[in-house]
Amino acid sequence: MAPVSLLAAELGIALDKAPVDITDNASLQRGAETFVNYCLTCHGASFMRYNRHRDIGLSNEQILDKLIYTGQKVGDLMQSAMRKKEGEEWFGVVPPDLSVIARSRGADWLYTYLRTFYRDDATATGWNNLIFDRVAMPHVLYQLQGEQELVVKTSDKGEQKSLSLQKPGNLTVAEYDKFVGDLVNYLVYLGEPHANTRKELGFMVMIFLLGMLVLSYALKKEYWKDIH
Amino acid sequence: MSKLFNSMIGWIDERFPLTSNWRAHLSEYYAPKNFNFWYYFGSLALLVLINQLITGIFLTMNYKPDASLAFASVEYIMRDVNYGWLIRYMHSTGASMFFVVVYLHMFRGMMYGSYRKPRELLWLIGMAIFFVLMSLAFTGYILPWGQMSYWGAQVIVSMFGAIPVIGDTLSQWLLGDFTLSDAALNRFFAYHVVTLPILLVVLVLVHILALHETGSNNPDGIEIKANKNPQTGIPVDGIPFHPYYSVKDIVGIVVFLLVFGGIIFFAPEMGGYFLEYNNFIPANTLQTPDHIAPVWYFTPYYSMLRAVTVNFLWIDAKLWGVILMAASVVIFCFLPWLDRSPVKSIRYKGPYFKTALTLFVISFFVLGWLGTKSPTPLYTLLAQIFTVIYFAFFILMPWYSKIDKTKPEPKRVTK
Repeated sequence: MAPVSLLAAELGIALDKAPVDITDNASLQRGAETFVNYCLTCHGASFMRYNRHRDIGLSNEQILDKLIYTGQKVGDLMQSAMRKKEGEEWFGVVPPDLSVIARSRGADWLYTYLRTFYRDDATATGWNNLIFDRVAMPHVLYQLQGEQELVVKTSDKGEQKSLSLQKPGNLTVAEYDKFVGDLVNYLVYLGEPHANTRKELGFMVMIFLLGMLVLSYALKKEYWKDIH
Repeated sequence: MSKLFNSMIGWIDERFPLTSNWRAHLSEYYAPKNFNFWYYFGSLALLVLINQLITGIFLTMNYKPDASLAFASVEYIMRDVNYGWLIRYMHSTGASMFFVVVYLHMFRGMMYGSYRKPRELLWLIGMAIFFVLMSLAFTGYILPWGQMSYWGAQVIVSMFGAIPVIGDTLSQWLLGDFTLSDAALNRFFAYHVVTLPILLVVLVLVHILALHETGSNNPDGIEIKANKNPQTGIPVDGIPFHPYYSVKDIVGIVVFLLVFGGIIFFAPEMGGYFLEYNNFIPANTLQTPDHIAPVWYFTPYYSMLRAVTVNFLWIDAKLWGVILMAASVVIFCFLPWLDRSPVKSIRYKGPYFKTALTLFVISFFVLGWLGTKSPTPLYTLLAQIFTVIYFAFFILMPWYSKIDKTKPEPKRVTK
């Protein structure tokens, strides 16, 4: 019941597995910096407060220094720098808020999506995407990834679409994958910032309940010993 | 100390029937001693009800029933309210688990003939609880105002529109608008947090009162009241609910909480079944999702809604779907009178009933699974076949339960 990956499967493209580890603070911090530098200009993360990033090992000073460029306060929500009306005029749609994007799209979809942009003269932005046809967003990271082109091979199995790197970017393929991996990891954290706390608390609750199980079963045995 | 306690109780008893009620419903309510695994789900349903009431109260403190604020207020609860995520997951997981325990509770009744005389009214009150529970689930699912909240509700509302003559007026009256909008969100919130919970709590109390009037059924389907100790007047096979079943139910509760907590803490979305992925996208009135699926507990009925594809008898396919879906739930109410078997429990019923019940369970699961899928010609055909099996279980019951080869019931309850 993963409607999104199903959709990709219908297009004949398998999603790549995203390297998600939300306990890896170094990766999350790199992802957070990428996010505020590249994404937050157009997209908001308006359910998230900057100072929440203390979760991932940043101090308030570091948050102000590394993540806030817009003169906002450390307790403010991560609003987009762009107005909604402008977004609609420039892209045709308001760029969606990304607070819970990892929960609706899934990490693997995001990881694949951010790596499958290609040049397409037929679209308004000059970019298209292998798993999101005619996407309104241009390839924001193209200087890092470089420019890819679509290669379509027709065989008796039908059309096989793949991408080839025409113009290399500032990063190698492996470096770019890692860069996107950190960003997607951060988006997963952003979708559910309490996830680590949730699991930690969960272990304690489970241990408590297992103890309760032993006690309550012993109590039941004691009361029921004369019932035959 | 105990003297003081007794005099306090005495003071209350002169003014309120405390001791007499304690005895009638707990310490001297005699339940059959042979309850098995299937008898935990009644008390568990009560536990989940209390969970929903308490977590629900805390959610209303921060939730905003406003189409432009609802989605953000849920995320506010998840992020900025202390332990808000826990309260919200307890409530969202509780909704699904409510259906899990209620379905198992109903299935218990079907296996052991708990709906049979003298418990017909108890069964009907239970069905009323089930209808209220479905309404609660529906109105609650709208509140986060995500894509599935909105478009799922749109499907349900359009069903009312399919009713001839009064359909449009009825749906406008329900929504308070011509379309699903802020007005509808407000009134569904009112139903969800005031009207329906009060109704549910009252019905649950009535259900327990009715149960304590007739006494509990048991896996053997025989009446323990038919065999009382002549001196004490207590059923020979009965034991006081408290302390025996109160301590036994604690074990059931702990096991349930292990499962419940396992989901809340380690898989709160339950793979998209308890919290659908598309419901993390704010409602967009202009963009219909590719695939609308209700939450898992409604999918069997949704399959039956979609199963009718042809118009016949001057009624169009859509209305037939609505009729069939309504019938698929209401038909449970007739069980006490459809079952003509001389015995109550599946233990003494014959192969026809056992086969029929097995087929019914299979059809319920298959229809549920199909309801999560986009329709294809094959899936629609499967939905039609299993809809027929689903209804055949009920409609043919007077026949197969009567001619079935049953075993004699024992005089006393067995292990």
